[in-house]
Parts: sequence; C-alpha cells; structure tokens
Amino acid sequence: MILSNTITALAAIVGNDNLFTSLEDKITYSYDGTPLHSHLPDAIVRPSSKEQIAEILRLANTERFSVVPRGAGTGLSGGSIPVDNCVVIDMNRWNSILEIDKENLTAWVEPGVITSQLHLAVEAVGLFYPPDPGSMNVCTIGGNVAENSGGLRGLKYGVTKNYVMGLEVVLPNGQIITCGGKTVKDVAGYNLKDLFIGSEGTLGIFTKILVKLIPKPETSRTMVAYFSSQTDAGKTVSAIIAQKIIPCTIEFLDRTTIRCVEEFARIGLPMDIECLLLLEVDGHPAVVEDEAKKVEECCRQNNAQEIIVAKNADEALKLKTARRSAFSALARVRPTTILEDITVPRSEIAAMLEKINAISKKYNIIIGTFGHAGDGNLHPTCLTDERDPDEMLRAEKAYEEIFVEAVKLGGTITGEHGTGLAKKKFLHLVSGSSAIDAMRSIKKALDPNNILNPGKVFDM
Amino acid sequence: MPHTLKTIPMNPQQTLFSGVVLPDDDVLTRCMHCGLCLPVCPTYAITGREKSSPRGRIRLIKSVAKGTLGYTDGFIEEMNFCLDCQACETACPAGVKYGSLVESARNQIRTEQKGSFISRSVKWFFIRQVLSKKNSLQFFASMLRMYQRSGIVSLFHRSVLLQKLFPKLTALQDLAPKIDERPFDELYPEIIAPPGTIKYRVGFLTGCVMNSAFAGVHEDTVKVLLHHDCEVVMPKQQVCCGSLQAHNGDFETSRSLAKTNIDIFLSYDLDAIIMNSAGCGALMKEYAFFFRNDPIYEQKAQLISSKIKDLSEFLTAIGLKRPPQEFPHSVSYHDACHLVHSQKISREPRMVIQSITGVLYKEMDEASWCCGSAGIYNVVRHSDSMQILARKVLQIQAVDVEYLVASNPGCIAQLDYGITKNGMKTKIVHLATLLRMAYRL
Repeated sequence: MILSNTITALAAIVGNDNLFTSLEDKITYSYDGTPLHSHLPDAIVRPSSKEQIAEILRLANTERFSVVPRGAGTGLSGGSIPVDNCVVIDMNRWNSILEIDKENLTAWVEPGVITSQLHLAVEAVGLFYPPDPGSMNVCTIGGNVAENSGGLRGLKYGVTKNYVMGLEVVLPNGQIITCGGKTVKDVAGYNLKDLFIGSEGTLGIFTKILVKLIPKPETSRTMVAYFSSQTDAGKTVSAIIAQKIIPCTIEFLDRTTIRCVEEFARIGLPMDIECLLLLEVDGHPAVVEDEAKKVEECCRQNNAQEIIVAKNADEALKLKTARRSAFSALARVRPTTILEDITVPRSEIAAMLEKINAISKKYNIIIGTFGHAGDGNLHPTCLTDERDPDEMLRAEKAYEEIFVEAVKLGGTITGEHGTGLAKKKFLHLVSGSSAIDAMRSIKKALDPNNILNPGKVFDM
Repeated sequence: MPHTLKTIPMNPQQTLFSGVVLPDDDVLTRCMHCGLCLPVCPTYAITGREKSSPRGRIRLIKSVAKGTLGYTDGFIEEMNFCLDCQACETACPAGVKYGSLVESARNQIRTEQKGSFISRSVKWFFIRQVLSKKNSLQFFASMLRMYQRSGIVSLFHRSVLLQKLFPKLTALQDLAPKIDERPFDELYPEIIAPPGTIKYRVGFLTGCVMNSAFAGVHEDTVKVLLHHDCEVVMPKQQVCCGSLQAHNGDFETSRSLAKTNIDIFLSYDLDAIIMNSAGCGALMKEYAFFFRNDPIYEQKAQLISSKIKDLSEFLTAIGLKRPPQEFPHSVSYHDACHLVHSQKISREPRMVIQSITGVLYKEMDEASWCCGSAGIYNVVRHSDSMQILARKVLQIQAVDVEYLVASNPGCIAQLDYGITKNGMKTKIVHLATLLRMAYRL
C-alpha cells in the first residue's frame, strides 16, 4: 500500500484531476487483455509532460513504490497489469502525431497514438507503416514498441522493431534521454534504442517515438487456398519461399478454426478441408502480377483443393474476413479463450501443428490454431471455461508441453505477445540462465531499486 | 499461463444480485477484456477512463456481483453514464450481450433503492407515470403542448437573462419534440385498407412518444404501407412497447406492458408488425428473450417477436416500389443504435434510400456513432448528451446534405436540436417521410 502522503505528493505533480484512487478506478485498471491475471493498483495517474513522468519516477525511487506504464491496456502477456504497491501511469492521452516527414520518411508520434490512427494518417500522404497487430484499432504505438508487436504483414515487412528509428525515454531514475534519430545510419555509442524495444515497460517510459515509414505499396493481390493436409500447406509455404517470393502475408487456419469461423461468419468455407492459407502479395503492379501467378502455381503443385483469387478490393476484403474473424469466431465457442503465440522456424510449421494436435488430444482440451504461417508464428487458442479448475489445469499443462516442443524445434515461446507475467516461468527454455542473468544485470544497472514494472519478463 | 490459479466460482446464491434478474454469469465470464470495445464507446471517447468503457463496466458489475464492490455512488454513476447504445456489442469478438448486463444492473440498483432520490424520482416519474399509462401520457403531452404554444418558449428565446437564469430549462424546452395537435391514434381508425387489392395485412405500433409528437411520421409510414398494398391494423388497445422502461431497469413495468401488447397483437391475423421506431422494434424483437422460461408467454412472445419488422426491413423483403419521379436531392443516413447494433439492420435503410431515383447518397462518417439521445438520457444527463451530440454535429456538417434520414424518434429530436442550434440547412427526416416525399403521396 502506498502512503497517503505519497498520494498527496503525486497529486501535487499531476494535479488532482489527473490522479485516480477510487475503488471503481482501481478495479478497472487492474487488468489488461491477458486472461486470468489481475491486480488492483494503489493509484492511477495521468501525467501530461515528460518532466512530470520524471518526477514521478524519482518519487518512486525515494518512496519505494512501483510504477507500471500503460497504453490502451490490450496486451496479452500482462505487461501493464499492476503489481503490489504500485502506481499506474496511463499514457493513452498522449495521442498526437507530432510530425510526418515526407522527405526523410519518418514520423514523430506520442506513445498513445493508436496504431490504426497512424496507418490512416500516413496512408493519406502515400506512405506506409507496416506493423498491423490484430488489436490495431485500440492498441497504441508506445505499447507496440514496448512489446515489439508483430501482425499479419510481418513476413514481408518485419515487426515494430524494424520501424523504430528513435525514442525519447524517461529512465527509471528520472533522467530523460533521446536515442536514435532520422539518419538511416548511426553507430555513435551503444545501440540503446534496440535495448528499449521489446523491454515491456521495465527499462524506461517512452514519451516520443520516431517511426520509419516506407512508400505505400501500389497494389496487392489476395487469394485463399484450401488444403486437405497440413503437410501440403506447409510445403506450399516452403515452395513459395524457394521461388524467392516473399508475400506480404501468408496466414493459416486449421480445421477447428475454419469450423468456428464458418459457424460465426457464414462466408461459405468448406467443412471438409484440413486447413487453408490466405496469401497476399503486394508492390508494383507488374511484380504483383508475376508473383501472384507463381504463388498460385505453388499452391496447385502442392495439392491445393481449390484456389480463390480476389478480383478486386471488395473480394479481397471478403477473403480476409475468414482470417480477421478467426479470433472472434473461436472466442464465441466457450466462455474463456486463451491465446498463445509460439513461433517456430518456417520449416517446422507442419511438425509443430502435428504436435499441437497430439497435445490437445492428450489433455482433452479444444485447441484451434491459426496464425502467420509465413513466419512460423502460430496462435494455438484454447477454448475453455475458467470456472472449471480441472480443465484449466489441463490447459496449463498442455501449453507447457507446447512451449517445450516449440523450443525443441528451434523456436520460441512468444513471437509477438511478450513474456510479461504469463510466460515468465518459461523464459529459461528459450534464453537459458546465463542470458537471463545478463538481462538482470542490465535491469539492475538502469533500475537499481527495481521500481519500474517489477516482476515482468523475469524476477530479479 | 498463470502458475497460481485463483478462480472464483460464481454460485448464483453467493452474488449480491439478489433481485428479480441476475446478471447472467455466462455472459459475465465471456468478456475477455480484450479492449476491442474501447474505440467505439462514446463515453470512453469523452473521458478516456477505463471505468467509462464497456469492459470496465462489465468488470464493475462482476465486482458488485462478487461482493468486492458495493453499490457505490461511483458504480451507480457509471451505470447511468452508459448510453446503452450497444456499439460495443457490435465490436465485441466474444459476443458479450453487454446491453443486458447494464440493464440488469440498472434494474438491480432500482429494486435495491440505490442512487440519489432525485434521480430515481425523475426516472420513476417519466418512466412509470408519464410514458407507461396512456391517460397520463395524453395529459402530460397536452400540458407540454400548451406550454409550447404559450408565449413562454419564445420569451426564453428573446430573453438572454432568462436563458442565463434557467439554462437547463432553456435547453430542455428546445430539445423536447413539438407535441402534435391531436395524438395520431385519435385521428385514424383501427383498420385502414389500401385502395387496391390487399397483398399484406400488417400490424402497426403507434407507441407513446411518436403517437403524441410524431403523428406526421406515423401518417407517412401508413401512407407508404398503403402504397405497398398493405392493410394496416392499429389496435386501439395497444400500449407503449416497454423499451424505455426496460432500458432503465424497470423490468416489471416493461413486462406488464409487453404482455398486454402480445395478447392484443396476437388477436389479429397479421403477416408482420411494422415498426418505425428503432428502440421499440429492438425491444419487441426481444420479447421472446424477455419471456424465456415463462410457461404462458414464452411461445406467445416468440410468435410476436418473429413478426416484428422495421419498415426498411419489411419494404426490402417485399420489394420496394420505385418512385416514378426523380427525387434529385442529396441524402445521408444516421444509424439509430437500436437499429444497427440491437437489430443488426444497416443495409436495408441504405438500400431503400439509394433505390429512389435521382438521390445523391453520401455516406456520413461515424454514421453509427450514437447521437446522445438514448431514451431519456438527454434529459437526465443533459450535458453528457450534448457532448456526444457535438461530435455528431461535426460529421453532419462534414457530409453536408439536404436530407439526413434516421429511423428513430429520439434520434430525430436530438439531431434536429443539434442542427437547429448550429444553424445548419440539413433537414432531418424519418425514412417514411423521405419515401412519402419521393412517392408524392
């Protein structure tokens, strides 16, 4: 519990109107998008300047309370869930796009800018910010940088990390630094910028983000291919890459997911297929024409039962509906939906899918898998009911095995969602204890009193 | 995955919701607090605070049910701040029926007599006394009509002093719809036959507010139906549909009104029951849900609910007659919450409008964003309502059309107020009115 004179001090920094301590506020800031975890904070503050944030962090060091930064609170690993004795710093009012620089292809944004808001703004001037997480209509750039969020376009375009050129950060000790900048090349000093990206709010609080933009792709072609075997789908992906084609996206839906999507969206998906791939190529019209043909050919050569190519933007949207509504469709089957995001090398996708099926049978739980087949990032989604403790225990064991198998195949426990609270205890599987010790050293160096988002990613 | 699992079993007997209706535990569990409801919530857009968002309110309701939060002022405030526009239901990936949760909470607050006495009294007065009883409504309406025709309203318009002394009254009297000379159902017989052959026999709900203040719209609706060879049946004994009561938590009154209507409409042999008010249509389609598990009324309610059709829905189903002459005007459309979110009807009204030759249809941005009317919300939470209306006004200004169509009396009154106050030229009309103009009836 933080002391009442600490509350008074916080009110003096941000103003009474920007400090919330009512039970209703605490309850509603106790969660993010992660299932099953929640914790009441002691207070929530809305600072309006980087100096205020710095003062709050300095106070945290003197008074020894924790600080948990928060954007939209839609994270899936617990990054913005409060901890004991903590103050939540709510950044979602920092939502201005400060500058779009068309010559240098960059944009300075505040951390609370909603991702799709940025998409719209830069696309209006013919530019493109590729990262497109599923929650892009709600989530914020600050959160995306803290979690190094991915999205459907990750295969061709990369992830958030590849589009951050600079950061203004308030360090846990209250110092404010800027790292990176508008130059494409910059090797002065340590590469601090990359340290903060994906640090899940444990190493600093972002106050300004410089994103990289690229020219908007001129056109795109979307198609869907149905398969009667997951191996064929996996081979198709390999064949496409072997042709030296990198589609914008290759998305995968397994049988369970297809069933749920058809029941929910009724778009005419066949019920007797094993899986489907959604593929999109984009870029210069001549390239798109050529690549689309080759991609179609790869599907055909690997026994695609049917291939549907969209003839226009409306049809493309229809085809994408299956993928975009996958999560919604699955979520409606049972009350509790647990979404994970293990990632394996592309070559191991078929093997991983088989393992997931076997594990779900072994523990008698329902798992529907969909995901980014192109980059090996899969979302095995458990459909369960949190009010059934036995089933929850079986689900937990199942996921443990899935994580172990993913790592065995040369993969990782999380491709996009982050470690946070949810996957803390599995981090050693991927990183090993020496690497985690190195992480601890870095954390200790920047945050000696462990006040900034403690207990996330790893324990000290 | 958590290593310490603290699942709290929700045994209905253990909850604090002990009244008539328990927030459905399955519904509460379904919410995965993913946050996809946040960008569409008008109240969250205003405050940016989680407790004013759908997922925040769900968590608050869950906490009260579990006993970790009492019926605090803060809780009641949030249940009342919500518009119940149900835009969140449309956005929700998990299909959480949020509207039923907040209405149950309001019901609970009412039956437990929580909340400020004044607020409760005002609501009780409007909902139970004025709107539910035909005689009271007529009396209140005629009082309001006298007030509106007296010099008082224009006096207020001329006197800045009066406006400053009584700002709320000034706003409210401008917001209230103009009461008609006579209520609609006094002007027309119970059954009206079309001029030619009868192809369909349809019921028509005359309702409460529309009957007293929108008789013109009812007349337009009936004319359009007659034009489509319908025999129109308007039972004189029908009552208010009960939607305002239900949305504000007075389930008992709502149920008793519903039972009356169900029995009355069942006594006629009808192909459909036409609704020209989104709020009423939404509730009457939910009668079946209202009376689930009721031994007598479940089946009856299902029969009635299946016949309820919004005017646009009915006309698209039977095939809209194309107006013979051109209607060369620019038109846009506002989605009433209880049509687009509750009834999932958004294509049909647009199809109807765009079928009229000569119409230049322009899609308004944020067409389905709530206008802030929300039943009696614009009376009991006036300043919040005005904030929400302001956002809508910007979009109406941007789309800049001659006619803005809406299918709900509340929306029409609210948007008309916004349009007038901002000196805009756009005319707000009901879909039936637009059609009658196009048909030259």
